[in-house]
Amino acid sequence: MSPGVVGADVDRVALVVFAALFLVVTVIGFMAARWRRAADLMHLDEWGLGGRSFGTFITWFLLGGDLYTAYTFIAVPALVFGAGAIGFFAVPYTVIVYPIIFVFLPRLWSVSHRHGYVTPADFVRGRWDSRALALAVAVTGILATMPYIALQLVGIQVVLETMGLGGDLPLIVAFAILAAYTYSSGLRAPALIAFVKDGLIYLVIAVAIIYIPTQIGGWGHIFAAASKHLASVNPKTHKPFGSLAIAPAGRWAYGSLALGSALALFMYPHCVTAVLSTKDRNVVRRNAAMLPAYSLVLGLIALLGYMAVAAGVKPAGGNAQLAVPELFHTMFPSWFAGVAYAAVGIGALVPAAIMAIAAANLFTRNVYREFIRPAATSAEEAHVSKVVSLVVKFGALVFVLGLDKSFAINLQLLGGIWILQTFPAIVFGLYTRWFHRHALLTAWAVAMIYGTRVAYGVPVPGKLHSHFGGPTAMVGLVHSKVYIALTAFVINVALAVVLTLVFRALRLPSGTDQTVDGDYLADVGDVAVGELPGLADEQAPPPAAAATSPDRSPA
Amino acid sequence: MGGTGGDAKVWAARAVVAVLLLVPCVALLWVPSYTKVKPVVFGFPFFYWYQLLWVLIGAACLAVAYVLTVWLERQRKAARP
Repeated sequence: MSPGVVGADVDRVALVVFAALFLVVTVIGFMAARWRRAADLMHLDEWGLGGRSFGTFITWFLLGGDLYTAYTFIAVPALVFGAGAIGFFAVPYTVIVYPIIFVFLPRLWSVSHRHGYVTPADFVRGRWDSRALALAVAVTGILATMPYIALQLVGIQVVLETMGLGGDLPLIVAFAILAAYTYSSGLRAPALIAFVKDGLIYLVIAVAIIYIPTQIGGWGHIFAAASKHLASVNPKTHKPFGSLAIAPAGRWAYGSLALGSALALFMYPHCVTAVLSTKDRNVVRRNAAMLPAYSLVLGLIALLGYMAVAAGVKPAGGNAQLAVPELFHTMFPSWFAGVAYAAVGIGALVPAAIMAIAAANLFTRNVYREFIRPAATSAEEAHVSKVVSLVVKFGALVFVLGLDKSFAINLQLLGGIWILQTFPAIVFGLYTRWFHRHALLTAWAVAMIYGTRVAYGVPVPGKLHSHFGGPTAMVGLVHSKVYIALTAFVINVALAVVLTLVFRALRLPSGTDQTVDGDYLADVGDVAVGELPGLADEQAPPPAAAATSPDRSPA
Repeated sequence: MGGTGGDAKVWAARAVVAVLLLVPCVALLWVPSYTKVKPVVFGFPFFYWYQLLWVLIGAACLAVAYVLTVWLERQRKAARP
């Protein structure tokens, strides 16, 4: 065990720097309620979507802070540290995702703007006229988001441990503060804190990739040391740890992980929330061209895993997740290590806040208003969302403190598989209503069960009869391991097509579409469609309703 | 879709946007094309610098696609009564 890990003395200097930066973002979080102040924060458009008013600049920080989470910064280099090239799939993944969102997100923005949709499940409800399908999408979203929030906590826990702060109390305090300002400021809090978070991350990475290589013999040496380590035999599996470039057997796994993750990313409710908070149709397109700056940073962060190998970091208990914090501890002076830990810690707060808001919005709109109180006013909606965001965070905390950490990691793995199965209902729905609603629902259910079963059956390498050992499983057709989410997705789509043909032949009613073609191209300035029946007693009209120049094209 | 087609310039712009969006995806999903260590540049094996290079190329493709898309949307709005 190297010095300074759990149980060793507290690193006072690092801790003071960490605490100071944490204090700064806490103040910002509470002050955010006054930022770009709305007339009435008790409206879901205000609390949950920041008034649908964010421009290109704010959105760049918000989405950057949202997509590239603390857990990513810990887990990606940990994977590279432990298994080599396969961990670098994060780079193709975050390149491919932008052309994909460039195409379909403007349409989702437009239709949501037109109809006042707050969640992806709102859209599914309106487009397919199916409460069950909307509920399926909402529940999948909540299930996939919960463990993701829990893993942000794990990210904070990791840096606290590296600073020598063990125990549960510091984590509880950090999360209580986060819960309090999310409750009072809504989406404005993470949007403002994202500036600090992203600034710190860029600073730390710039320093790390310039300073650390000069200390340990340059990039050539780093890759040589990594190559040597990866070729050595792992005592647990009796196979090499990994390789410096993907071996032929791993090509399908690498490509399918990149593609599957890219397709799934913007199905996560917290990503949709950030997109719907933008003020016009093109903000998201501009951001698609500008967000790859973060992908570059993520690629460099991944390489921190190799730096940890070359620097001879031996994380406590062989826990690869401690590799990067340990690297900072070994290489940086205490005060800068404190800055680096703060970057990771604050990096956890931004996505955790947005995820809690997104999950709360899903519950409020698609469970509470849909099934419990259809007559809920917008103030009541905002209130329910605020309370649920507290419950969600508390749940994540209990999760991390009460259950085994590997349980959260397994569930997050499943979350990635599950969330991709909502793709057909959402993205295909943006282009066509050819599919039958019951076909989409049945195919979703089958793909969910299939994906869960296959993931359960993957053993941990070197351990017989273990489960959830990894994201890939053998597919006979290509004689390779493939990302389970993508296999399940292919089954999902194929089944949806076949069942649609069957249900159409049986003439099952396909419901009424709330949307028309023109809705998918609407921009700011185009009028919003009249309020939904449940919102008749609404006081403040949504921002779009004030606009003029109708351009609805005939259905 | 708008039904404003017919104009050769509009169709050309659409085709270019489609290609710009497809190229980064195809390049990076074609995994066998880059799973090698050499040539090494500044200490980085090919596998790493090649993919990082595509981050930049991908961003450039999207920037051009954005400019063309804005132009296309303006054409669409102008064509509408």
